[in-house]
Amino acid sequence: MVSPEAIRNILARNEALAPIAGEISEDENLFDKGLDSFGSVQLMLALEEHFDVEFPDHLLSRKSFSTIRSIRETVSSLVQAEAA
Amino acid sequence: MLAERFARAASVAALHADAVDREGRFPAEAVAALKAERLLGLQIPRQFGGEGSGLTDIAEGCFALGQSCSAAAMVFAMHHIKVSSLVSHGLDSAWHCRLMERIAGEQLLVASSTTEAGIGGDLRNSLCAVEAEGATFALGKDASVISYGAQADLILATARRNAEAATSDQVLVALMADQITLERTSTWDTLGMRGTCSDGFRLEARGVPVEQILPKPFAEIAAQSMLAASHLLWSSVWFGIASYAVDRARVFVQAEARKRQGQVPPTALRLAELSNALQAMKATLVSALRRFEDAQGNADLLDSLAFSVMLNNLKTTASDMAVDIVQRALGIVGLAGYKNGTPFSLGRPLRDVLSAPLMIGNDRILANTAKLLLVQKSAGQLMSA
Repeated sequence: MVSPEAIRNILARNEALAPIAGEISEDENLFDKGLDSFGSVQLMLALEEHFDVEFPDHLLSRKSFSTIRSIRETVSSLVQAEAA
Repeated sequence: MLAERFARAASVAALHADAVDREGRFPAEAVAALKAERLLGLQIPRQFGGEGSGLTDIAEGCFALGQSCSAAAMVFAMHHIKVSSLVSHGLDSAWHCRLMERIAGEQLLVASSTTEAGIGGDLRNSLCAVEAEGATFALGKDASVISYGAQADLILATARRNAEAATSDQVLVALMADQITLERTSTWDTLGMRGTCSDGFRLEARGVPVEQILPKPFAEIAAQSMLAASHLLWSSVWFGIASYAVDRARVFVQAEARKRQGQVPPTALRLAELSNALQAMKATLVSALRRFEDAQGNADLLDSLAFSVMLNNLKTTASDMAVDIVQRALGIVGLAGYKNGTPFSLGRPLRDVLSAPLMIGNDRILANTAKLLLVQKSAGQLMSA
């Protein structure tokens, strides 16, 4: 299972979110917290690298990356699909 | 019929297009005709007195007007870009529903204030902030461009949510003309698109009820309605300008052919190439409009990276092609097109269309696409975005 801490560690390396990564709750909208389109692309790349997954096009939307919870769900579904 | 209403408004716009350009003035006659034909409320849902039209209908209007008066066409496009944001994101707010009723009923003209001194054209950042005090707020903005700001009945302006918010944490506020003061800080004296009157202003608003702030974060409004509406409607205006130029070239070549019957004029080959380019431009625009209409109600698709790439590509392709097409049309008609006041004059459309690659600079858009392509995956199916 993908932990919220693993996601927070990655957010902590994101330029826009680094200073507040530890304080963001699981359901707070990251785009409201300063994540912009380039930041979200950087976040997607970091998640792909860390979890060794590739997000298919239909998951590359703001919704998939808008909260720590949605990121966990998105990444978990891919990690499970790969293990199966 | 909608097409006839657009045609009537476009014929009024055409009558005054040269004067609007020469004097750098607002296309008042064309906008009065748009109001008389009740075309400013098209997109407003029927329950609020509008006609519930989709962007494809509006795009037809941009195309019709673009062939007559680029400035009037761009005013119509910009108005409907703002209305699309209201329709997409204002339905949960009683105040904005009432505003939509007024736009349809009174044919109010809506302008936009996103550009700001110190930020430039970066739509997704603001320096100015909403300063709420109880039930009202104040806002002061150094708006370096507000197209037809002095003529609009209301302005939708971006601002930071509050004084502490990050520059990207923005809201969109509706400001009625009688709630604001506008002090002109710069004048729109330009090569083309002179009638959009995109002057700079110091905008001051006080005592505005907080209900006038759209409840959705501007980040969502920009991503879900503004980006698509802007690129689709601007491109439709540019396609109108390009089509007009190709029409002039065709009439010119046909006149040549009539003078020397039995021969195909040398310019006919250039016209054939031009018709090819115009068709490619039209195909790019029409497929983007279809994809947008097909994606209505599918927020995930509209929000997806692939969709943003598709819209970005539409903007850069259509704007570059429009300039190229008008220039090549001028090459066909020659001096008759270079000279003002002939039936083939292309000076005004050429100067107007040169704004296309600069309105949100193509390099800025390409740089954004470049970032998105770092994660985008397969090309999908032939008939997908």
